Amino acid sequence: MSGLNDFALKIATVNGTGSASANNLLMKAIFRMGIPVTGKNVFPSNIQGLPTWYEIRVSGEGWTARSPEYDLVVAMNPATYERDIAEVQPGGWVLHDASWPLPRELRREDVTFLGVPLAEMGAERFHGSRTRILMKNVGYVGALAALLDLDREVVRSLLEEIFGTKKRALLDANFEAFDLGWTWAREHFQTPLPIRLSPLEATKDSILIDGNTAAAIGCLYAGATVASWYPITPSTSLVQAFEAYAGEYRQDPETGKLKVAVIQAEDELAAAGMAIGAGWMGARSFTSTSGAGISLMSEFIGLAYYTEIPVVFFDIERVGPSTGMPTRTQQGDLLTVAYASHGDTKHIALFPADPGECFELAVAAFDLAERFQTPVFVVSDLDIGMNDWVVPRFEWDDGYRPDRGKVLGAEELEAGVEFLRYADVDGDGIPWRTLPGVHPRGAYFTRGSGHDYRARYTEDAGPYTEVVDRLLRKHRNAREHVPPPIVRRRPGARLGLVTVGGCDCACREAVERLAEEGVELDYLRVRAFPFSDQVEAFLLEHETSFVVEQNRDAQLLQLLVAETAVTKDRLVSLRRYGGLPLSAVHVVEDVLAKLDARTRAEVGA
Amino acid sequence: MSWIEKPRVHHPSLEENELGLTRRDYEGRMSTLCAGCGHDSITAAIIEAFWKLSVPPHRVAKLSGIGCSAKTPTYFIKEAHGFNAVHGRMPSIATGGNAANRGLVYVGISGDGDSLSIGLGQLCHAVRRNVDMLYVLENNGVYGLTKGQFSASADVGSVAKTGEVNRQRPIDPVLLALSLGAGFVARSFSGDKAQLIPILEAGLGHRGLALVDVISPCVTFNDHEGSTKSYRYTREHEVEAVTADFVPLRGEITADYEPGSAREVRMHDGSTVRFRKVPEDYDPTDRDAAYAYVRERQEAGEIPTGLLHIDPEAEEMHEVMGTVETPLVDLPYETLCPGREKLAEITAAFR
Repeated sequence: MSGLNDFALKIATVNGTGSASANNLLMKAIFRMGIPVTGKNVFPSNIQGLPTWYEIRVSGEGWTARSPEYDLVVAMNPATYERDIAEVQPGGWVLHDASWPLPRELRREDVTFLGVPLAEMGAERFHGSRTRILMKNVGYVGALAALLDLDREVVRSLLEEIFGTKKRALLDANFEAFDLGWTWAREHFQTPLPIRLSPLEATKDSILIDGNTAAAIGCLYAGATVASWYPITPSTSLVQAFEAYAGEYRQDPETGKLKVAVIQAEDELAAAGMAIGAGWMGARSFTSTSGAGISLMSEFIGLAYYTEIPVVFFDIERVGPSTGMPTRTQQGDLLTVAYASHGDTKHIALFPADPGECFELAVAAFDLAERFQTPVFVVSDLDIGMNDWVVPRFEWDDGYRPDRGKVLGAEELEAGVEFLRYADVDGDGIPWRTLPGVHPRGAYFTRGSGHDYRARYTEDAGPYTEVVDRLLRKHRNAREHVPPPIVRRRPGARLGLVTVGGCDCACREAVERLAEEGVELDYLRVRAFPFSDQVEAFLLEHETSFVVEQNRDAQLLQLLVAETAVTKDRLVSLRRYGGLPLSAVHVVEDVLAKLDARTRAEVGA
Repeated sequence: MSWIEKPRVHHPSLEENELGLTRRDYEGRMSTLCAGCGHDSITAAIIEAFWKLSVPPHRVAKLSGIGCSAKTPTYFIKEAHGFNAVHGRMPSIATGGNAANRGLVYVGISGDGDSLSIGLGQLCHAVRRNVDMLYVLENNGVYGLTKGQFSASADVGSVAKTGEVNRQRPIDPVLLALSLGAGFVARSFSGDKAQLIPILEAGLGHRGLALVDVISPCVTFNDHEGSTKSYRYTREHEVEAVTADFVPLRGEITADYEPGSAREVRMHDGSTVRFRKVPEDYDPTDRDAAYAYVRERQEAGEIPTGLLHIDPEAEEMHEVMGTVETPLVDLPYETLCPGREKLAEITAAFR
């Protein structure tokens, strides 16, 4: 049950009105109080005027998956009053603008309506329609602060950080608006509500960050020097963050020039080509896109695979197919990235679960790309990429050095080391490469057409097959070098639950909740493709495993069946793919629904 | 097979360049294009230009897309790394390559199908970015490898081998590049090496993208009566509008000039382009004038050739991006990673 440091809010506003800043202020203030919190921005593909929602879940226990069980709804958008009010849990609260009467038919007997005349108060105190709208948003944060026992001083210091001393007037106006809401709520309602906040020490070693920014920092630290991209939601902020950090940390102090090239390409095809061209030259290069971009890049992805060029692709998934729902989240590209491009192609893909892993796996992706001389995908999604998550503060080991893989340098070539570009010299499937401009003996022709082990053009079956078979061995060998799965076992569990990426927090919470119901599940989260041997072992060890993912076609399940020895009859697919982040409620519901009476009896539930 | 190994015959009388290399050192493998293909003449001119400029062969990056033109980088400078990109996408590979390593000399070979249809966007944006590269467009008006379909450069009224008459307006790479603001625009003819070689040299010396459109007849599919890209038609209609010589930095002027007859344009690296013959009132540094002139001569049924426009001051990609002089690939990792302490600073903003 909801209560102290354990509740969910939904804030319904109109986009383009400044509500995002107000919501971030609220979320960050809770974080600063040391309480684990999560915020999900459910926004339209639009600049201004359409409904938008922000969901906040507070969980003293640290469960940060989305919760659809809203205890309190802030209804600021009359256009969506009906559905917003309908979504409040019985016994919950609706905070609304009482400047205008709420239509009688929207009233519910089982929830408490808290009317605050936000627009009216704002109109009295502020001038200009834009200011009034902005201040109305800060006003509901003030009211919420009183209702939830949010620390006023924390809000004050956050506003000071945002506006600094130079924007004194704005700071004062914001705090005044905050106080209007706060005072009204204190004077008119019984505060605080049973759902309220109390300071904890649970976030002091954490940061509140989105996955795209985290991945950008990873690219910066990995030593990436070339980024080419084409704007597409929800990946855009990744390269923009990288560019901003590079502008600061890659600037030559003497000349002011940059040790980085960030190129906004004319389309995703060119973005892929540029990243590949840079990888060919020996730079750590990447591009960032979403599913539609991956489709466009596919021809080039096959080229990089077949010519064995290191390059990193970030795929920040959104809802497909086609343009789909650009501002909603999904895991719909799992099969696409695993086998992107025509002909026989297989790629290395990494699946971060949160911004912390976006940072870590971004670095790992560059190492793997160079070690295996192949495209590596970092598959994130809109929820991870664009929402703020509470994650442990990032750590960096200054002893880290990039794995540049097998590169023959000028000295080796000068000494007469035999260079056979596509030969399996070491028996690990990975050939040696040379970089352009280094030595005349290193020259060869990089081509997407059939080639033999010396990189010579061929149309002959034998030499062609030799190369593509080695590519398969190389891919297979990567399975023990990619990040292993995360496994959590529970005593006596005979069933497994397998998932990937951003489903992690919802699934871990669900495993706990199911255990309380007597259903014990071992848990495995896949972190990479090709699958480590541990993945196969886990699946074979459990008579039944639930496979939880966010797409219609059970893509993770299909990959597991295709790429491990497990048979389909041992896997039970659980899928939610409507575009919202997964919640534990859904996983629990789906697992229980699948466990028929016989199975439940078997596991002793 | 796309190439045949060329026997290496040493000949003591072969002339050496500043690096002590002979033309042979700039050759590649034996061509497998049709006998008489215009592309092979262009290859020969490219070899000559690189040899004359004494470019170290391994410091060249040669790229192409798909099609007959795409085969040709195999036929020159075998000690250079080559890259056969996907169809129409050579410019993006060159752009990324150049972004990562600005220390190499980039030459991209493309065709009219590769650059004017599937790769039109990439050509335009490489021009827009002004990637420092020599961009040779081997233009024959026809798809050769797929046996004779019209390309986007086919002229209205040009007749295909099958008898079909083209009625769509052509995309002219010279006019396109001029309207996009390219800093170096030339047209030449594969059958005129004397004109082509100095243009290629100047293109290599130019800082930024140098577009050289070379009419290069396809002897198999587009060299018949009725074709406007045949040897005969081109010879009959080509008018060398502009004659230019390239004088590399420290190079000697070997051509004979009437005093005062030549106009010089100094290149960014100190080399010089000498315009020996230009039409009256024609200023090759004025792109509007160049555009108007080309259109006017085309209307008169001529194919004006030569180094038609040059703007040596146009900023190339790295200048616009503000990247360091050192090629990015040569920067040690230690200078790229901000380190542990800075990470604490970065993450502090997310508290």
